[in-house]
Amino acid sequence: MSIETKEETESTSLNSKGAARRSVSAWLIGSPLNRSRKRRAGLITAGLIVVLVVLVVCTTFGAVTVPVGDTFSIIWNHTLGQLFWAINATYPKGFETVIWDIRVPRVLLAAVVGGSLATAGATYQGLFRNPLADPYLVGVAQGAAVGAILALVLPLGKFLYGIGAVQWFAFITAGFTVAIVYGLARVGGRLPTTTLLLAGVAIGTLASAITSLLMYLNGDKLIVVYSWLQGGFNLSSWEKFFTILPFSLFSGTIIYVFGRRLNVLQMGEEHAGQLGLNVERLKLVLVASATLMTAAAVSVSGIIGFVGLVAPHLVRLLFGHDYRLLLPLSTIFGAAFMVFADTVARNISSTEVPVGIITAFFGAPFFIYLLRRKKRMVF
Amino acid sequence: MALLEVKGLTVGYGARAVLKELSLTLEPGEMLGVIGPNGCGKSTLIKTISVLLKPAAGSIKVEGLELARMKPEARARLLGVVPQNPALPETFTAAEVVMFGRTPYLGLFQNESPNDWAIVERAMRDTDCWEMAETYIGEMSGGERQRVLLAMALAQEPRLLLLDEPTTFLDINYQIETMEVVKSWKTAGEPDKPRAILAVFHELNLAAQYCDRLALMSQGRVLVIGKPGEVITTENILRAYGAHVIVMPHPQNQLPTTFIMPNS
Repeated sequence: MSIETKEETESTSLNSKGAARRSVSAWLIGSPLNRSRKRRAGLITAGLIVVLVVLVVCTTFGAVTVPVGDTFSIIWNHTLGQLFWAINATYPKGFETVIWDIRVPRVLLAAVVGGSLATAGATYQGLFRNPLADPYLVGVAQGAAVGAILALVLPLGKFLYGIGAVQWFAFITAGFTVAIVYGLARVGGRLPTTTLLLAGVAIGTLASAITSLLMYLNGDKLIVVYSWLQGGFNLSSWEKFFTILPFSLFSGTIIYVFGRRLNVLQMGEEHAGQLGLNVERLKLVLVASATLMTAAAVSVSGIIGFVGLVAPHLVRLLFGHDYRLLLPLSTIFGAAFMVFADTVARNISSTEVPVGIITAFFGAPFFIYLLRRKKRMVF
Repeated sequence: MALLEVKGLTVGYGARAVLKELSLTLEPGEMLGVIGPNGCGKSTLIKTISVLLKPAAGSIKVEGLELARMKPEARARLLGVVPQNPALPETFTAAEVVMFGRTPYLGLFQNESPNDWAIVERAMRDTDCWEMAETYIGEMSGGERQRVLLAMALAQEPRLLLLDEPTTFLDINYQIETMEVVKSWKTAGEPDKPRAILAVFHELNLAAQYCDRLALMSQGRVLVIGKPGEVITTENILRAYGAHVIVMPHPQNQLPTTFIMPNS
């Protein structure tokens, strides 16, 4: 920065060109840019290892006691053992059924659902720049409930492919509800976030009223309906897992790709637009992707609260606010946390406890602890 | 060709229009200061040029290209904006925020390159905030944030810089430094890529010292436009602001300098 003469201006610009060259070489050694990239890669890898360990460890717990060694052998033989050295099966066939047909799909389903909810939660929080946003904000849950209950109440049976009418109905009505909310909230080609929130609340309330009415009119099915609403993984299967996995992978990938743009959006919509961001398109893409993965999750697991709200916040408190790191770590943490909570839910007593109770029970105190320990802003 | 050409710009409708058929042009290498009383439409002009407001009539062209018809990223490569009261995300570091300025150059699947980083470093050195590169915005003062914001706009490598009262939060030293930075920025453009600045000012003396031309606005129109000496006169200030001032030449460079007169 120069004040006096033209000569000085020139020498300054020469200097800053020199600085530019220096920083290129510095980049090769370890500029902040490179460091943050390495940090991202390292943390995500570490997170993936942690989630894998959680998955395997949680598979060893259950109502039927299967020796840990046998559990590992069964999982090995069904995965990498198919390619490399299979371990001689010394375990009974029944153990194989318990582990591979019941527990593994359940644990995997919980992981995908937890990961999807947490990713969608982080996306909505970033999109609305509101720490209280959660995956159910724009009416996904209420919409899904209407569909699920319709399917339970109507005499349908298993006429649709694979995972059954309840899941498909829930999935479709969830998407439909958000589409209505989105359509209502659009004002002159734009989507103001406040109107989106308000439309979400209004349509959500309407959907809840329909749900309540259907429950009231069909008292005989109250228990089935209620247990669906509470959510859980007691009816897990490989089919459910493979049905929702593509939806979650697809929307998750899209959301990750837009991570850097989500960072820029934190400047506020006006300024982000001036920085060259197509804000309206970004909002459409992100709302659609987050809705898709939430709807897929809700359709197989019911409405499980807290994970989508709290997982992104925990990641924020521990690892910062860069969405390129925050989004994948939220997925990882949400997955691990849901698997853990479900394992507790199915082992804590002789009957299963709804997993939503466990997520709240463990999540809330942990959240408060972090909040007290790190007094930096949550958002 | 004029770098910026505003023609017949009307914002709002009828008698309540905030801008009324406003026209002005900005030549390459020029800094045009917009001055005028509160509510005269200065900020509206900046907001309309940065496409936050839709004009009822008129056109805004940069390098002959109609801004309203451009894609956001193409527009952001031409036009950098330093707004008056921006909400900066407090949990990002200064360098991360300045890197946001590279947004219009980065594709969907692209990450920041060493070249982007070099541009960020240079912008931050030029605005004297490189030392704070890894400081969180939340821990910065208003003046420091203002410099980060300017660095971000420079990292955008625009051709036209819009400044909405760029020195509001700055002490006198940084007011001068900021103006020097933008002044040397506008002349440092390559011959085939000239630069220009349109800036809104409250501070008349600062505007007179640094702008090549001034546009004095009043009630949505340009009252006078020209060299500082032609625009800042006792009569013009009285007409536009309704304030009695004394205008004297600056002792060193003869540019018009305004002195306020208390009523007593």
